[in-house]
Amino acid sequence: MLIRFFFLLREGGVPVSITEFLTLLEALQARLANGSAEDFYYLARSCLVKDERHFDRFDRVFAAHFQGVEALFDSLMAQIPEEWLQRMGERTLSAEEKARIEALGGWDKLLETLRQRLEEQKERHQGGNKWIGTGGTSPFGAYGYNPEGIRIGQNESRQRRAVKVWDRREFQNLADNVELGTRNIKMALRKLRKFAREGAAEHLDLDDTIASTARNAGLLDLKFVPERHNAIKILLFLDVGGSMDDHVRVCEELFSAARSEFKHLEYFYFHNFVYESLWKDNRRRHLEKIPTLEVMRTYGHDYKLIVVGDASMSPYEITQPGGSIEHWNEEAGAVWMQRLTRTWPHHVWLNPESQQRWEYTQSVQITRQLVEDRMFPLTLSGLDRAIKALH
Amino acid sequence: MSSRFAGTDRYVATEDLMMAVNASVTLGRPLLVKGEPGTGKTQLAEEVARSLNRPLYRWHIKSTTKAQQGLYEYDAVSRLRDSQLGESKVHDIGNYIVKGRMWEAFESEVQPVLLVDEIDKADIEFPNDLLLEIDRMEFYVYETRQWVKARHRPIIIITSNNEKELPDAFLRRCFFHYIRFPDAATMEQIVAVHYPDLKKELLHEALAAFFQLRETPGLKKKPSTSELLDWIKLLLAEDIPAEALRSDDPKQAIPPLYGALLKNEQDVHLLEQLLFLHRRQGR
Repeated sequence: MLIRFFFLLREGGVPVSITEFLTLLEALQARLANGSAEDFYYLARSCLVKDERHFDRFDRVFAAHFQGVEALFDSLMAQIPEEWLQRMGERTLSAEEKARIEALGGWDKLLETLRQRLEEQKERHQGGNKWIGTGGTSPFGAYGYNPEGIRIGQNESRQRRAVKVWDRREFQNLADNVELGTRNIKMALRKLRKFAREGAAEHLDLDDTIASTARNAGLLDLKFVPERHNAIKILLFLDVGGSMDDHVRVCEELFSAARSEFKHLEYFYFHNFVYESLWKDNRRRHLEKIPTLEVMRTYGHDYKLIVVGDASMSPYEITQPGGSIEHWNEEAGAVWMQRLTRTWPHHVWLNPESQQRWEYTQSVQITRQLVEDRMFPLTLSGLDRAIKALH
Repeated sequence: MSSRFAGTDRYVATEDLMMAVNASVTLGRPLLVKGEPGTGKTQLAEEVARSLNRPLYRWHIKSTTKAQQGLYEYDAVSRLRDSQLGESKVHDIGNYIVKGRMWEAFESEVQPVLLVDEIDKADIEFPNDLLLEIDRMEFYVYETRQWVKARHRPIIIITSNNEKELPDAFLRRCFFHYIRFPDAATMEQIVAVHYPDLKKELLHEALAAFFQLRETPGLKKKPSTSELLDWIKLLLAEDIPAEALRSDDPKQAIPPLYGALLKNEQDVHLLEQLLFLHRRQGR
């Protein structure tokens, strides 16, 4: 009974366990839902879904299953507008392969060829290395890899260095209420806790009590100490937008975990590299900029600096004045980075990009030197090593 | 004694909420309630206890609360002190076992309601430490070597503000309900339950102003149901006419007595700025 529904829920991304499913059956046996579909819906939701973020997924699977729609996932897929450009399976190219692929001709030639191919091609196409489609190595299409490729119908930048992005680019605030999977990260961050005793004395200090009582000729002399608090101070700089789109999820998780673990946490956003200003709210980033110098003055040397970014960009953005892609910067990013590392001697750079690809991106190499080789991948083990480096 | 919860004269329960409460009462499993602050999560436990006529045990969780404190605590310090003073009761360790809220609920003569309020405030291991107690409704007291078993499985209502993620193993054992922010119709019911003699016109204007205020972008703390009720209470006490609430009146740009709705200085400031801009554009 309902077993198909159970598996459809799991396929639809609702994390349902057997215990919860059995609870639902038990509730049905207790006649809690008296035949009305609505009652059953409420009961099933209360039993099976434990997070309001999954309500929508549950609703869709529920509707599909109980209206007898067989092809559930076709209907889910139909909501994606560019039907023939669906991401159906990205070709997994090794780093070596990527490094080997060379750009094809200049910009004009690319556009010209695109126009031709669009005329020649009438059907959906996937893979291969010539036609426009998904996951291939042709310079046209989306979710593929060609360093000078033109992106068609893709919402996030899949690889660095696209010559031109035709999608509207929207920066996303890193929501701190996303809690999915943050537990592991929290456990890792705990290692960074440095306990200090502050505040009212409310814990019995047994050792001191015994010593004092003995000194007091056996008459009890109670000693108390304040409770331990997490006294570590964290400064978090997050890269947003552009090439970081792919990593928004993992950054959100990190941010959310850090937010709940540390009492003294300050965060700022930047784009690609740190220059003379940062901002706190991405939606109003052009209006409310905070000078980096002011941040350096405000937060003392005892703060530990964690920079999160993929460091993938044109090398000029780091080494040259005016290299920023968004504004004219008087001083090169490298100069600013040196100032930061001097202000906060305890610093690390967390890179969400997988470590095997680092050596193929020149800007990553430069950044690694700038942060004195304290760059770590944004994985649990990388986080562990980063935290050791921060001590 | 009725065993179905259907809202009370003071509390409007939506259908899905009633289902969740009744399922958890019938199957004896805890109910986890989440929702925006001020949507009546804590209130729910009180009303369930009242409508089912059960005693209510409240356990409020703070960031320093340990799971053990809900079961019992061994007051070693007073025992040590008593031994210094030569008291005779020092020989029975049972004299120094202080019962926690959960133990009290387990001992209740009739099936009680146990409210575990704001569980997300505690340490992230807190819910894991209560798994066995919630599953089997029993625990072991090491000092006196006795098992404490619940006489009646309590109706456990747990509230969370989502500040921390709860462990999966804990979630699997609960029923879950998310109190959505009520729509305008439910809101009218709620206000009617609390202020039945409120002038209809005033209510309409107040609700319109309230929902408009919630729409204001960038508010740090959006006003919620409990703030609305406070505000209406104030409006009634001040006897403010309905006309004064219309926001298109340029002199009364900010709703009167807004302090009950906006709890944050920056929010008030933001609203003033927005209204100022709005009026300038209107000209």
